Amino acid sequence: MVVMKMKFPFQKRVKLAQGLWLLSWCAAISGAITFSLGCILKTELRRRAEVMDNSDIHVVPNTLMIVGLASLGINYFASKICQDALDAGRFPRWKNMLKPYFAVSCFFTVLMLLAVIMSFAMKGSLESSLKVGLRNGIRFYKDTDTPGRCFQKQNIDRLQMDFHCCGNNDFRDWFEVQWISNRYLDFSSKEVKDRIKSNVDGRYLLDGVPFSCCNPSSPRPCIQFQLTNNSAHYNYDYQTEELNIYLRGCREALVHYYMGLMNAIGAGVLSVFLLQASVLVSLRFLQTSMEAVAGNENTEIETEGYLLEKPLKETIMEYIEPVMKFFLLTNQVEEGTPGAPAST
Amino acid sequence: MAVLRLRFTKTKRDKLAQVLWILNWISVVTGVILFSLGLFLKVEINKRGELMAERDIQYVPNMLIAVGIIACAINFLGGKICYDCVDTTKFLRWKLIMLPYIICTFFFTFCVLVGALMCYSMHGELEESLNLGLAEAIRFYKDTDTPGRCFLKRTVDMLHIEFQCCGNNGYKDWFQIQWISNRYLDMSKKEVADRLRSNVEGKYLIDGVPFSCCNINSPRPCIQQQITNNSAHFNYEHQTEELNLWMKGCRQALLEYYTHIMQSIGLTVLITWLFELSVLTGVRYLQTSLENVLRQGDLDSESDGWLLENSFMETARTNLNIIKSLGKSNQIDTANNGDPNINVPSTSKAHYGPDNVPPNEIPEAS
Repeated sequence: MVVMKMKFPFQKRVKLAQGLWLLSWCAAISGAITFSLGCILKTELRRRAEVMDNSDIHVVPNTLMIVGLASLGINYFASKICQDALDAGRFPRWKNMLKPYFAVSCFFTVLMLLAVIMSFAMKGSLESSLKVGLRNGIRFYKDTDTPGRCFQKQNIDRLQMDFHCCGNNDFRDWFEVQWISNRYLDFSSKEVKDRIKSNVDGRYLLDGVPFSCCNPSSPRPCIQFQLTNNSAHYNYDYQTEELNIYLRGCREALVHYYMGLMNAIGAGVLSVFLLQASVLVSLRFLQTSMEAVAGNENTEIETEGYLLEKPLKETIMEYIEPVMKFFLLTNQVEEGTPGAPAST
Repeated sequence: MAVLRLRFTKTKRDKLAQVLWILNWISVVTGVILFSLGLFLKVEINKRGELMAERDIQYVPNMLIAVGIIACAINFLGGKICYDCVDTTKFLRWKLIMLPYIICTFFFTFCVLVGALMCYSMHGELEESLNLGLAEAIRFYKDTDTPGRCFLKRTVDMLHIEFQCCGNNGYKDWFQIQWISNRYLDMSKKEVADRLRSNVEGKYLIDGVPFSCCNINSPRPCIQQQITNNSAHFNYEHQTEELNLWMKGCRQALLEYYTHIMQSIGLTVLITWLFELSVLTGVRYLQTSLENVLRQGDLDSESDGWLLENSFMETARTNLNIIKSLGKSNQIDTANNGDPNINVPSTSKAHYGPDNVPPNEIPEAS
């Protein structure tokens, strides 16, 4: 039961070959674009790597780069094949290569689709990675003298100023950690001693935020300390004050930024996937219609082209069988061998 | 005695024409580059327009834009001319235009050089403009409720953050003006009233700076208030503390930024000038060699090409005489005290025969 049989007169075959050559070069350029999009995404993710706990999200740009490079190779060969297709003398030399070529191409095309799906689906993983990373960043903000954490303060300050955000979920995260190092606290002062005694862990907690949370668009000079104390500042009500510090949390800001980037890239790669798939389908039709011509004296006869000789399931089994045989059954003696070697 | 005479065979002339055609097109591209550099400089200056006082600094980007456009046009025409010079018949079309074209291009290259030098000379005007503009901006920092100045606070804060600077000359500029608006001062408090009374103009002056002056590289949380009071903060000495606030003044930071841009642009324009000059020299050689070939009559023969036909001094003298005589072409001869009504006998040497010859007898009609 042949899948998608189509008739191909000579002229149609010629047009198919020419169109396919052009299409494969467009697909090659799209493959290069996919590779560069993957590079851009990876660079952007690495820039803020200090506030990410794990690098699971890097699977998306890595896949895009692999697929982009593979697509260049696939389309280069596709253009070579369709150039040789109409020449009956040169086409037979591709005969043996075509089956593995189609298998590899289908694999990478499916991988491209997987990359697109992943770029939409990995939001949760990114969010949890940022949650842990930012929490650690805020906790180690004060440790500018600890090797390995010296630049945590700088990174968090720069992040808050670039993305117009404050804290992990919001600015109140800063009330729960000690972000002023003990080196700069006067332990002889009564106020400091009171604060430290007021909580179980002996931490210096205050209702203040670092300067990088300040919003430059505020009409009044920034209020960083005693944020929840309305009477400490003239004409100030912290429940209604919106412009003083950034109210958005950095996790939300970063997720929003990266998801925007990945959605845009995903949409682009989806169109590249459609282009690539159409190249492969056209090449398959060209191959099958040219194979029917082989052996005939008259090369201008009308032939039939098809996608798959057998139904889809059988074709997949046909491809997977040799792979499975190679990996799983190399050491097993074949069952049911007639004429057991025991009988002499 | 020609200046820099060279011998040109037919193939050499054709090659010169082709090379000049390509070089002219490259010059069109450099003209576009000049235009875009001028546009870039204009955009950069306008971006910080709020921080600059009214000064005449727009003339530099405007000059670059104009020079870029004219360079494109001149080199486009030059490319067309050189393309036609390969074929001597087509050269005749351009023969009369070529010399004026070369003279115009020569004066134009002067403009390019002037443009390049202007880039380096803008420094002083820019510094003055920035000085006045930044002083004004710092003074009006608190006026976020005055129409026209609402966004000055935001602009100055973003400037501090982006250029990593504080104040005009340094952070002490903020000690001399009131940068906290009266709307946010509790006038009933004693401390506020004391400060207002402590100076003649009744300004609320403090030794503190806005948050945007804070240095993100500092290992300790930012100290913005009571900067000069060492005892107000633990383990702090303001004379040795360098990482707490940005130490550079914004005037210096902006000046460095713009000087860097203009030095790069100036260098590019100088290189373009040299390139244009060399293309012009090539076109001059092509013109003189083709004219000499036409003068000789045989189109395939060798000819001489030069920059100037006679030495530099003679050419200058001839041109000055031409310019002087242009002025005299309409003047009347002033030999008879300028009176045109007096008859001046003809001094012509033509002899039309003696005066007393009787007329011939007319033969009678038969």
